[in-house]
Amino acid sequence: MIKSSINEQASALPRRAAPLEVRDLTVAYHEKPVLWDVDLSIPEGQLCAIVGPNGAGKSTLIKAVLGLIPKASGTVQFFGQPLEAARRRIGYVPQRSSVDWDFPTNALDVVLMGLYGRLGWFRRPGKAEREAAMHALEQVGLTAFAHRQIAQLSGGQQQRVFLARALAQASDLYFMDEPFAGVDAVTEAAILQVMRELKKQGKTVVVVHHDLETVRDYFDHLTLLNVQVIASGPLEQTFTPENLKATYGERMSVGVGR
Amino acid sequence: MSSDFVIVLTAIFVSTASALLGSFLVLRRMALMADAISHAVLPGIVLAFWVSGGERATAPALLGAAAAGLLTVTLVEWLTRTGRIKNDAAIGLVFPALFSLGVLAVSLYFRNVHLDLDAVLYGEIAYAPFNTLEAFGLNLGPESLWIMGGLTLVNLLFVLLFYKELKLSTFDAGLAAALGFLPAVLHYALMSLVSLTAVGAFQSVGAILIVAFLIIPPATAYLLTQRLPVMIALAVLVGAVSSVLGYVLAILLDASIAGMMATVAGLLFGLAWLFSPVGGVLTARNRRERQRREFAARLLLAHLAHHDRPVPAREVLEEFGWSPAFLAQAQQWAQREGLLAGDPNGLRLTARGAALAGERP
Ligand SMILES: Nc1ncnc2c1ncn2[C@@H]1O[C@H](COP(=O)(O)OP(=O)(O)OP(=O)(O)O)[C@@H](O)[C@H]1O
Ligand SMILES: [Mg+2]
Repeated sequence: MIKSSINEQASALPRRAAPLEVRDLTVAYHEKPVLWDVDLSIPEGQLCAIVGPNGAGKSTLIKAVLGLIPKASGTVQFFGQPLEAARRRIGYVPQRSSVDWDFPTNALDVVLMGLYGRLGWFRRPGKAEREAAMHALEQVGLTAFAHRQIAQLSGGQQQRVFLARALAQASDLYFMDEPFAGVDAVTEAAILQVMRELKKQGKTVVVVHHDLETVRDYFDHLTLLNVQVIASGPLEQTFTPENLKATYGERMSVGVGR
Repeated sequence: MSSDFVIVLTAIFVSTASALLGSFLVLRRMALMADAISHAVLPGIVLAFWVSGGERATAPALLGAAAAGLLTVTLVEWLTRTGRIKNDAAIGLVFPALFSLGVLAVSLYFRNVHLDLDAVLYGEIAYAPFNTLEAFGLNLGPESLWIMGGLTLVNLLFVLLFYKELKLSTFDAGLAAALGFLPAVLHYALMSLVSLTAVGAFQSVGAILIVAFLIIPPATAYLLTQRLPVMIALAVLVGAVSSVLGYVLAILLDASIAGMMATVAGLLFGLAWLFSPVGGVLTARNRRERQRREFAARLLLAHLAHHDRPVPAREVLEEFGWSPAFLAQAQQWAQREGLLAGDPNGLRLTARGAALAGERP
């Protein structure tokens, strides 16, 4: 009820704040900028791809907006608020290789970590959290693996554990860094299913993606990135041969006009 | 209090305080940092002695050492962040520099003070009962017990209170930061406590045993379990066993106490490395061999199932290209399981063996 009334008002309001609004973002690890003057606006309730060659700064973009690495300049707003105020509404699925899978813990425990933000300092997860975590594992089809040591999961299963952890966060905006990297067709379908379910619930999902063949099938919104933003907008407008050429250089001409 | 008891209890406090923090160091792949900190605290101690006028002064020494420990961590992080050298190289640069600074300072200014280098490296746990703490004219008992007991309590509280936050920032610092849990602050808090523990234990057990206690029991526990709380508990246990057993052996063999404790810890690690049920080298090899034997036996059963007559061993050897010894092993296993009959004319399935061979593996 409340939600629908807000939606009705939305048209009357000047403009509802976008889930992610980036202005003039520049990031440099050393002297050379890795991201240069990035402007970006991610629309609500859509599946959004960030695409670009290796080293384009895609992971850096996500880490910088989430405050995990320092910005040289620029502002970032989530739902019209600064990061601190919006933390609870943001979920993050890092690249799988970013953690040590030999850590002594099991799948359920990793998913529970997604709920730590809600718990805050000192409070420990209890029965309610464990149930929420099990529910998240169920959504990605890993119920049977809840108590499996994480090193003994396959790569695709580890990826799904990360996804379940993000689901458990119950966020409004999700960032996923290459969730489809190195997974088989079945896992890819399972992950896509979850993303579409999130979209149905009105959530916004931002995905770093590498496979140009599937961009058209999977996403509504596309941002082409190579240090700078080459193009960003609805898929029909941005997924063009010219833009891809500008992003990847001359040698690229993949699957656009099929 | 008997002096045996004081020595062993001091060692148990040192090993417990170390195991609690060391577990997280090992999981963060920062074992080398323990080494660095426990050596680099020396200039801090020297500075504190100098400031306090060369008297025995525990509080300034603790503070100075903690500062030196933090300086080490900060320098290492800063060097790594410049991106020109890797983390291990940065540690290798920083700690010999700080340690030698400390050694220089000791040899230049404190020739007559009771900071001598042997004691720094190897400690003198045997003297633990004799340095007593006095306050308000009362003899409160051995100082080392008070210091290490206090540090053990502080470390225990730290790990208990921040268990969830430590676990998260150790496993995935990115998520910890994204959820607002300040992993950098926790990191420096952990390192401060490592520095404090190192210097608290310094006088009694020396730098070498501190490093041994910080790393070896957690590394041993890591091999024995796949659950973090169990790992921490086991690390504490391994440390305590090393302390007690090390002391007893040192007395029996009239050897260095600290040295014997480190040796026992090392031996326990070796045992875990070989025999751990989770990932022990010998355990894994035995399991592989058993699996190989069972697999061979299954192949054998499937082969025999195609024959109504007993099959001579020679024929099987030719068919699979096995060595006679290997066939004998597979045969033995299958016979023990009641799958093969002991027929003098060759190899023959029992009824159970035939049933098993018929079923898809
Ligand atoms: N910690 C770091 N220190 C220094 N340079 C870095 C660091 N992380 C990334 N870079 C550099 O920044 C650039 C962008 O890296 P980033 O990881 O954002 O690329 P990406 O688009 O995610 O690439 P990929 O598709 O390979 O994941 C690269 O040139 C990389 O070498
Ligand atoms: Mg990347």
